Amino acid sequence: MRLYATVAAGGFRRHATYRVATAAGVFTNTVFGFILSYTYIALWAERPQLGGYSMEDALAYVWIGQALITVCGLMGGGFEDELIERIRTGDIAVDLYRPADLQTWWFSANLGRAAYQLLGRGVVPMAVGALVFDFTLPSGPGAWLAFLVAVVLGSVVSFAIWYLVAMSAFWLLDGQGVLQVAWLGGLFFSGMLLPLNVFPGALGEVARVLPWASMLQVPADVYLGRYEDAGALAGAYAFQGCWALVLFGAGRVAQAAATRKVVVQGG
Amino acid sequence: MVAGMWIRSTMTYRSSFALTLVTSFCVTLFDFVVILLMFGQVKGLGGFSFAEVALLYGTAGTSFGIADLTMGSVQRMGKRVRDGSLDMFLMRPAPLLAQVAADKFALRRFGRVAQGLLVLVWALVLLDVAWTPVKVVLLPVMLVCGAVIFAAVMVLGASALFWVQDAAEVTNSFTYGGNTLLGYPPTIFAQELVRGVVYVVPLAFVNWLPALYVLDRPAPAGVPEWAVFASPLVAAVCCGVAGLAWRAGIRSYRSTGS
Repeated sequence: MRLYATVAAGGFRRHATYRVATAAGVFTNTVFGFILSYTYIALWAERPQLGGYSMEDALAYVWIGQALITVCGLMGGGFEDELIERIRTGDIAVDLYRPADLQTWWFSANLGRAAYQLLGRGVVPMAVGALVFDFTLPSGPGAWLAFLVAVVLGSVVSFAIWYLVAMSAFWLLDGQGVLQVAWLGGLFFSGMLLPLNVFPGALGEVARVLPWASMLQVPADVYLGRYEDAGALAGAYAFQGCWALVLFGAGRVAQAAATRKVVVQGG
Repeated sequence: MVAGMWIRSTMTYRSSFALTLVTSFCVTLFDFVVILLMFGQVKGLGGFSFAEVALLYGTAGTSFGIADLTMGSVQRMGKRVRDGSLDMFLMRPAPLLAQVAADKFALRRFGRVAQGLLVLVWALVLLDVAWTPVKVVLLPVMLVCGAVIFAAVMVLGASALFWVQDAAEVTNSFTYGGNTLLGYPPTIFAQELVRGVVYVVPLAFVNWLPALYVLDRPAPAGVPEWAVFASPLVAAVCCGVAGLAWRAGIRSYRSTGS
């Protein structure tokens, strides 16, 4: 346990070194937040209460999305490129020799990374957005806490998805294709481009039960107070938790299969 | 030649290449699906019909796609400056910019161009434009100048990487961000923002101003009328600025010294 805590702290510190990159990321997230805000304003001006959101809710949704892009890995988990590269070059053999579990190791490192990104790239764009646009804020500390729990669960689901993607490199070596498919899923089905409850009919119903919904749609709805009573909130957490368990388990199976039968490059 | 090398290397993993080409097409397609979903809910956005928004989206997307295909690799250069592997390029008898642009040349980016063109053709079929010779000529000029402007912004951003190696993402907000911005009508944005993309970072010349002329709509408030034809001039100036910045960048380059 102590080992993994150290790994997590290392993940946090490592990303904290890239201050210029963080500043550049904050700038980009803020610019995109502005562009999206204006398109949402135009859309909600034509159709107030679209998807059950008021204009203020929709604007809050935009900035939550920008804040969570890196935290919940909507467009890439931030570790899979490195892991795939290690698998492709054969360096992964070194990792497998370590007296630590591969998945837990990367999970801890990613948890540290997500924590840093939440502070580094999450807080500032949202504060800027709140200053410029008039959007919904949670009612109190309890609501913020509920939101934070949903974000943590969302980032766990995100890790499990990207870990599975990285595992595919054991068989395909070049992970680019699968990466792109996963990226596509994350971009569209997380609700980053448009809230999932604005999606029409069957497309919306399917999108809302896919794992990607736990990465943005569910945390945003928790933030907006759409799960008011404790039962509904527990249901939302259970949805995220179930996907986390299923995908984590799948990653475990893939890892076991890979280490048993795959010949490591150059080894 | 360098591009050819990277194409050959991509072809080693043929199935992966096919998949990336298709997904590159789909990623950008999903951008447009969002606009379709929006218009499933409303009749117009900022006073623009679906066909008009599609024209804006198609022209911006095609220009950006061409720029991304040819120059999109330059922002990877930050890593090469950081680890000193740029030295390898400097020793080869070929222009540095050409080599950097061809670094990891990704043919799959063609998917983006294809998607932009597809939407553009769709928009032209749907639109009821009173075509004049000027408008017919303006359309291809707009696409080429747009691509040049985007490419110049990419080179400008890459030049900054000689000094701040980690800041590649700032360029994204002007290129990818600009592409998103230009896909929507200028009427929905705050007027300060519109003025910013006319006078500060001249992205409005990529498609907004010429496209407004094609659609017989007035230019945004305060922009002179002749500006709709100024894209070639703006593109040339952008290239000049990017060229100067690039040279200054090369001159200040110090290797890693290990």
